Amino acid sequence: MNTSILLATTARILNQFRHDRRTVALMVLMPSLLLILLRFVFNSEAAFSRAAPALLAVFPFAIMFIVTSITTLRERTTATLERLMTMPIGKLDLLFGYALAFGVVALVQVLVAVGISLTWLGLSIGGSVWLLVVIAGLDALLGTALGLFASAFARTEFQAVQFMPLFVMPQVLLCGLFSPREAMTPVLEWLSNVMPLSYAVDALTAVTTSSDITAELVRNLAIVAACGLLALVLGAVTLRRRTP
Amino acid sequence: MTSSAAVEVTGLRVYRGKRLVLRDVSCTIPRGSVTGLLGPSGCGKTTLMRSVVGVQIVSGGSVTVLGSSAGSPGLRDRIGYATQSPSVYADLSVVENLRYFCAVLRAPRSDVQRVIDEVGLGGHESQLVSSLSGGELSRTSLAVALLGKPELLVLDEPTVGLDPLLRDELWTLFRSLASRGVTLLVSSHVMDEAARCERLLLMRDGALLADDTPASLLSATGTGDLEQAFLHLVRAKEAA
Repeated sequence: MNTSILLATTARILNQFRHDRRTVALMVLMPSLLLILLRFVFNSEAAFSRAAPALLAVFPFAIMFIVTSITTLRERTTATLERLMTMPIGKLDLLFGYALAFGVVALVQVLVAVGISLTWLGLSIGGSVWLLVVIAGLDALLGTALGLFASAFARTEFQAVQFMPLFVMPQVLLCGLFSPREAMTPVLEWLSNVMPLSYAVDALTAVTTSSDITAELVRNLAIVAACGLLALVLGAVTLRRRTP
Repeated sequence: MTSSAAVEVTGLRVYRGKRLVLRDVSCTIPRGSVTGLLGPSGCGKTTLMRSVVGVQIVSGGSVTVLGSSAGSPGLRDRIGYATQSPSVYADLSVVENLRYFCAVLRAPRSDVQRVIDEVGLGGHESQLVSSLSGGELSRTSLAVALLGKPELLVLDEPTVGLDPLLRDELWTLFRSLASRGVTLLVSSHVMDEAARCERLLLMRDGALLADDTPASLLSATGTGDLEQAFLHLVRAKEAA
């Protein structure tokens, strides 16, 4: 890996965002708008406070997944990737460059969503706000990493969009948001146990209810981070210098 | 001979899908020359170029570039490659594109202005690539290939859609690069560009018809222009 090439890639992607302000506005504001909508759908601060932590994980995760998979697919299907593959750039330089750029956007997105939830929407949390931000940010990064990985299996942007329900929706349904994970039938509980989003939601729920940093919380965070890293490395494996 | 050849292709076979698109192609490209790769659309020019820059999966034969096997990591900052469809980011400006590729190649920042001048894009530096005309777009893509100090330039139809004056300027640039020792492999599907090359590779249907200088092609076929020479070779092959 070459840090200067990696950072140049990050700067290039952020520059591309700078020229596309509408996309940036959508990415930064979308989770917040959905949370605001949810707050008024519940019409009760207590009910909102119960669901909001999980959704602080779900919304950035889903949005970063879509945005990343489409952007990376665009790079893969245009000739720029072919040109880069003839140049002295490592595959990990490219993928981590992407992850870092999207990570910056994801962090802004999460900060706005957490800020609005804690102030205007009346979300009350027992633990550290910063830990909440870190978990939600890590979770958005997981969405980014999975999006990078998923883009390898799509040939067109149309297919990439359809991967959202495939990769994201099962995780949302099984993460414990709709029904506690312990109460699921064994098969579903097992499925829930192998999905990284479940651990992010568990971690967020723990942070909102208590200020203790337990071993379980640390373990959950490590699992989310490891899954993100794994998805990035798998993404690098699917990136080929030589193509048919 | 090996030391003077920039590219040596021996018995190259490439399948794309089930179709054999290169059938035992062998050729040698001397250093410091402009070699034209000519043939109709779909004859395998791009596949041959992709094999030379090392991004094509090949099923047989060998490609040696600047003394190493094509695609070797050591070649990655010694080859400049411009793909047929412009390979630059549409949502960045000309100069932002060049700065990025310049950083990837670890070339000096001053290269950005040099290549802008070389392809005649002065005045368009801060323009978004998506707002450029077709000719400006392909010149931006060409400029990226000129960054750094490439010893071999592989340019896939770099002059398509350019006005004759610009085309002439680019060919002057290609020849001056060659006189400095750079090897150029330039593809085209228009025969009138063939006369500007020192050597020609004529391709049709995945096979080489000729690997020669324009002058000896004309004398060997007894024709007056290269278009006729090409036709002559095609007919001779079909009769055989």
